[in-house]
Amino acid sequence: MKKTIPLMIVILGGIIFVMYAFSPHKILQDDFYNKFYIPWVYASGPFAALLGVISLCMMHNAKIKRRAPKWQYSYFFYAGFIITSLAGFIGGSQKGGLMMWIFENVQMPMSSTMFSLLAFYMASAAYKAFRARSVEATVLLVAAIVVMLAQVPLGVKIYKNLPVISQWILDVPNLASKRGIAIGVGLGGVATSLKILLGIERSYLGGGD
Amino acid sequence: MSYEMMSNLVGAFFTLCIFSFLYKDNPFYQMAEQLLVGVSLGYSIVVTYERLFIPYVWQPIILKHTWALIFPAILGMLYLFRFSRKLGWLSRYPIAFSMIGVGMGVPAGIHAGILVQARQAMVPIETLNLFLILLGTITVLLYFFFSKAHSGAYGKFVGIGKWYMMIGFGASFGMTVMARISLLIGRIQFLVSDVLGLIK
Repeated sequence: MKKTIPLMIVILGGIIFVMYAFSPHKILQDDFYNKFYIPWVYASGPFAALLGVISLCMMHNAKIKRRAPKWQYSYFFYAGFIITSLAGFIGGSQKGGLMMWIFENVQMPMSSTMFSLLAFYMASAAYKAFRARSVEATVLLVAAIVVMLAQVPLGVKIYKNLPVISQWILDVPNLASKRGIAIGVGLGGVATSLKILLGIERSYLGGGD
Repeated sequence: MSYEMMSNLVGAFFTLCIFSFLYKDNPFYQMAEQLLVGVSLGYSIVVTYERLFIPYVWQPIILKHTWALIFPAILGMLYLFRFSRKLGWLSRYPIAFSMIGVGMGVPAGIHAGILVQARQAMVPIETLNLFLILLGTITVLLYFFFSKAHSGAYGKFVGIGKWYMMIGFGASFGMTVMARISLLIGRIQFLVSDVLGLIK
């Protein structure tokens, strides 16, 4: 009851899904997928999101209660969450509303700045990691520099054929390595899916009885 | 102060709060970081409510009386038992339901990950580049085949795969850095042009 039925749901549902991919029958394509699976996934989805919200709030609550390091900043989390969600629930999410204003002037600038910060950290990490200690690291570094320089006018000024070399790197060695890795990932993905379908891999059910 | 200017100043303030981390970890960055998480969560919960809860739970069950959808709604509610020590096992049911999608992973993985890639690799070798691509694909695959020791002539052959991967990783790294740099340029343009008005 506690583990066997969930396991049976995964095995039976998974096998039906495998059949869905291979059979064009109406029962599988329309009745199973469109009329059963999609509405059920969408109807149960909001509660999974709610689980995430409750979990994060509980974490911040515990942080404030325990006076953990930097606990004061958890109030900013609550402020952002409550103001944005209230703005959305009361005022709606249409353009011109408060929620979209917060999204455009608070969320978007901060998230794109956060990602742009990574440029600095990637550069410093690259310096530490690839200081051309070995021939392999040098090859990686040279490939990266060629691809980067080819995208800016300075690279073309240094050597006019740099974009051609960069494109060759992307189209030939890069493609070959990505294809080899993709086939390996595909084989691994299929093997993992089969392990779950056959009930060998059960870690998603969690611990306990 | 115009509405647009005020909006830009708010954006600029939070942009600078995040950039302040380049100096060192500080209260402005900490505040902005937590605020970003809160705002993102608030935004996503409203979007989930409007795009999933209303059309797939509220409207069909309450307004159209499609009672069958009560079952997935109850199934979804079982997620919340994750917090109960005694009844936590009930949350395995919705998790199991969401896991049946892995059945799709078998044919999709075989098709996209293996067959399409293998078909693209097995084209007539008419140019040197096509030969190099085939050689790279085979050697990269063999590099991850650990049932045979990488020694002797075989070891040297599969070693070619390592060189291919180094060039591939370098290219990916370069592309990622350039994407981040373009984001950085966008933020600096926002500060210099939209906020300070130094570039017209």
